[in-house]
Amino acid sequence: MAENFEPVIIGFTCNWCSYRAADLAGTARVKYPANIRLIRMMCSGRLDPAFVLKAFANGADGVMISGCHPGECHYLEQNYKALRRYLLLRRTLTQMGIEPGRLKLVWASAAEGVRLAEEITKMVEEVRALGPLHWPMLKAKNGHPVEVEAEAEEVKA
Amino acid sequence: MTDKPKFAMYWAASCGGCEIAVLNIGEKILDVDANFEVVFWPVAMDAKYKDVEAMPDKSILLTLFNGGMRNKENEEIARLLRRKSQILVAFGSCACEGCIPGLANFSNLDEIFKAAYDSVSTVNPEHIRPVPNYQMPEGMIHIPEMNPILKTLDQVVDVDYYMPGCPPESHQIAAVIDLVIKVLHGEATLPPKGATIGVGVSTVCDDCPRERNVKTIKEFKRIQLMSQIDDKLCLLEQGIPCNGPATRQGCGALCPQAGAQCIGCYGPAEGVVDYGARLMAAFASVIDSNDPDEIDRILDGIPDPAGQFYRFSLAGSLLRSSKTAWDK
Repeated sequence: MAENFEPVIIGFTCNWCSYRAADLAGTARVKYPANIRLIRMMCSGRLDPAFVLKAFANGADGVMISGCHPGECHYLEQNYKALRRYLLLRRTLTQMGIEPGRLKLVWASAAEGVRLAEEITKMVEEVRALGPLHWPMLKAKNGHPVEVEAEAEEVKA
Repeated sequence: MTDKPKFAMYWAASCGGCEIAVLNIGEKILDVDANFEVVFWPVAMDAKYKDVEAMPDKSILLTLFNGGMRNKENEEIARLLRRKSQILVAFGSCACEGCIPGLANFSNLDEIFKAAYDSVSTVNPEHIRPVPNYQMPEGMIHIPEMNPILKTLDQVVDVDYYMPGCPPESHQIAAVIDLVIKVLHGEATLPPKGATIGVGVSTVCDDCPRERNVKTIKEFKRIQLMSQIDDKLCLLEQGIPCNGPATRQGCGALCPQAGAQCIGCYGPAEGVVDYGARLMAAFASVIDSNDPDEIDRILDGIPDPAGQFYRFSLAGSLLRSSKTAWDK
């Protein structure tokens, strides 16, 4: 299974820096793996930890959060807020059995297309090495996808 | 038999506190009796599942269902009562979001059985474990199979209303019963399907009389290790991890008023998708540091973040369990 495994990584990018860095990587024809799906936000501070949990719950193998370098936030210091949420989230996820390597925080300015592409490539390989996560899905009141759960295994006497 | 509307209450994986809370409504229980015929309530009266099976579909007007889906029996009765009831209420934190029994979702069945049947709490020298089917001389006996992951009621059947709380406060239960009786007499209408009832729309903080300022936290502390607690000031501001900011209003902020932090039994506030995520966002926002090492040091003050953030809501959260619970 692991040989054909292509990890799915959700990338949350900031409108003012990392999204533009990805754009720059595109115009400069810098290659990075197609495993990452970028989602643009206005700021990394907009990142609700629920976004990350939802990504994992719905089948992502990894999540990358990226924002402006410390001190360069377009909204003063919201990227520090993202940093604090990331550090707390990582602790909680570890307890839930999600390896710390599946969640990554990357600072990238609008000029760092090459650096962002490198970080993405690196993360894809790291998550590939960790293997698939495949969190089981189940319907909840907010309409998340349904997947039939494996029957309970018989517990031996 | 009377032609009064029929009422049922059932418990799945729960402690029984919800039924106590219902009885705790005082003389209001006489109104329940005057307006309803209680047809099925295993805690309070004798009834058999086959009596319920024999009832016509939709013949029970109101069913309060408490408890999570720990085993196949819970699920079977949830489906049965869904079929027989017009209004099915997920009653109490267990049915809404898993509550304390849902904390078992941090472990797999093996670990759960080990803790229950092979730890210091149990004398079991032959390591006997329950099995779903067992051959006795008199014939095969069956017990319900355990679910590997405890589910909430709405993960198994369609739910009309949610009434959170561990347990729901008696005055809230009384208000809901009053409302249903008014609806019966045509004096009120039911809230839209899927609504959370017997609660406020805001958070516990809005009921809390403690003084709130801008929060800047340099250290998280455990309340039991503190010698002095300011009884006027917000607990979170004092560094006590209080779950009030994400918890639904409804209890009247009982715990913070008594000098204990909110632990979140009323579940997520209106519009919150994942209770723990909202709390993580709130706690991380008030930490007064921009230095990764210092932030890590401050976060060390919350030794069990998953337990802190998902004490009551693990089974109903986005991830629902830890990987241990489902990974083979």
